[in-house]
Amino acid sequence: MIRITALTRQVGKQKILDEIDLEIRRGEIFTLIGPSGSGKTTLLRLIDLLDRPTSGKISFDGQDTAGTEQERLSIRRRMGMVFQKPAVLNVSVGENVAFGLKFRGTDREQIPRRVTSALELVGLSGFEERKAITLSGGEMQRVAIARAMVTDPEVLLLDEPTANLDPVSSEIIEDLLININNDLHTTIILATHDMIQGQRLAHRMGVIMDGRLAQVGTLHDIFYQPKGNKVAKFVGIDTILRGVVQSNERGLATIALDDASFEVVTPCPPGKTVALYIRPEEVTISIPESGARKTSARNQLVGTITKLVSLGPFIRVTVDCGKPITALITTRSCGELGLSIGTSVIASVKASAIHVRAEPA
Amino acid sequence: MNEIATGITQAIDLIVTLNPDVLHIAALSVYVSLAATLLAACISIPLGGLIHFREFHGKQTLILIIQTLYSVPTVVVGLILYLLLSRSGPLGFFGLLFTPEGMILGQMVLIIPITTGLVISALSGVDRNISDTLVSLGATEFQGIVQIVKEARLAILSAVILAFGRAISEVGVAMMIGGNIAGQTRVLTTAIALQTGMGEFGFSIALGIILLAIALVIVVAMNLITSGLSSEHQKVLGGPRS
Repeated sequence: MIRITALTRQVGKQKILDEIDLEIRRGEIFTLIGPSGSGKTTLLRLIDLLDRPTSGKISFDGQDTAGTEQERLSIRRRMGMVFQKPAVLNVSVGENVAFGLKFRGTDREQIPRRVTSALELVGLSGFEERKAITLSGGEMQRVAIARAMVTDPEVLLLDEPTANLDPVSSEIIEDLLININNDLHTTIILATHDMIQGQRLAHRMGVIMDGRLAQVGTLHDIFYQPKGNKVAKFVGIDTILRGVVQSNERGLATIALDDASFEVVTPCPPGKTVALYIRPEEVTISIPESGARKTSARNQLVGTITKLVSLGPFIRVTVDCGKPITALITTRSCGELGLSIGTSVIASVKASAIHVRAEPA
Repeated sequence: MNEIATGITQAIDLIVTLNPDVLHIAALSVYVSLAATLLAACISIPLGGLIHFREFHGKQTLILIIQTLYSVPTVVVGLILYLLLSRSGPLGFFGLLFTPEGMILGQMVLIIPITTGLVISALSGVDRNISDTLVSLGATEFQGIVQIVKEARLAILSAVILAFGRAISEVGVAMMIGGNIAGQTRVLTTAIALQTGMGEFGFSIALGIILLAIALVIVVAMNLITSGLSSEHQKVLGGPRS
């Protein structure tokens, strides 16, 4: 559908996007995730042909997009874009939604019917006559989606559509995007810094870090097998350890760290330096004196708690076992175990729950 | 003291009795300045739109020059146009010197910088997101400019009204290009200047009152438009959301 090759956008001396290669498939929801300022918006603007790249190529449905403004306009008219801050014009909701149709010279007779069905799509039936600027943020964003969808675009681009919204409004928008993709088969490209939203919506994800596409893959690839420490940190892996493979027996390897050893499932051969990625929710915490609690976890490390961060229903516990290991436990079990800073605990991780990535030699 | 009192009495008398000379002068003033303002707006709105939307070399310098011309002395415009329009000047064959049309041209030259400059600021005041949104919705350059101008209508309208105020209150162009010919090119400001010189204070005061009344009408109109447009926001079912 959209093929991006060696795309670079430079402003002054700063490379905002650096050699991006990416293919968007027809009918998928692709989310671009990355911290603020990583280049997501720049990439979306290039895809929507709002700006021109410094170098590199974007082809849309096999057609190169580097042509004249006239050619770019006709390709742009096959897409719809929703910006982070919904810019609604100071006219009625109906007129706002009708813009795309008017610009394309759609038959005047048809416009009201299509506006009505676009508003119906976003759950704002009957809002035609309202003044757009009196709507709430979530409603405005839905008007923006209706406005982009009224022309039946092949591709819908959204830049942080829920960044300024409350959780309930965000969920309405997320559901809406899933429905649009399911029912109308619109290809959706969504930029977000919100990991949870990215994973909820996406068929595939791309992680942008400092203007480079660090990893593209399925949710499982990115969450459990991140490429590199930066991606790992961004997807919520707090514990990243380095070690050397000591032995490997049919895929069950022993990894030696400075003062500890881990058993993990990996094909990496002995002698290899590896990074271990441990997701906090894979770590369980227990109290040493509580008797021989049966656990199948191969790795059990004794340490003391150095930090407790409350996340509402969950608590992030940092345990110093020589290396800091982070665990995510429920607030309830934290209370039951009577954890506090300085408590001696055992942090356990299953061998299969550790992602091992060979470090370049 | 006595002169002022008699002047005011005389002025009220001239206005109340609808003195034909006074009416004619006032009507010509409004005609010349209104025509100049409307023509200037027709040029300035598209011109300001193009300057705002196009990126070109020297854009900032051009805007600076336009803003400098806001305060160009009216007599300088009068002088330059006089030289251009006089019988022996390059544009003399139009025969515009000492005609109302010549005055319209002069006032246009005077206020085009104001309207153009203020249109550019009005357009810059429209959220940049809006122009991006319009482009992404498939607007051509022209469709985009039209929508942004509509969005900035309130500020543009204020600019036009302000320009009318400058046109109707200036003396330099009207005097030098119009020539203050009684019954032909005599307008409120030139008439006041002349009558005062001749000691006809009553006539001057009457015209001054009319000029102020026109200013008052402008201000009231502007306020009505402003509050009308902003209350448009509230005419919605249920009123504005908090």
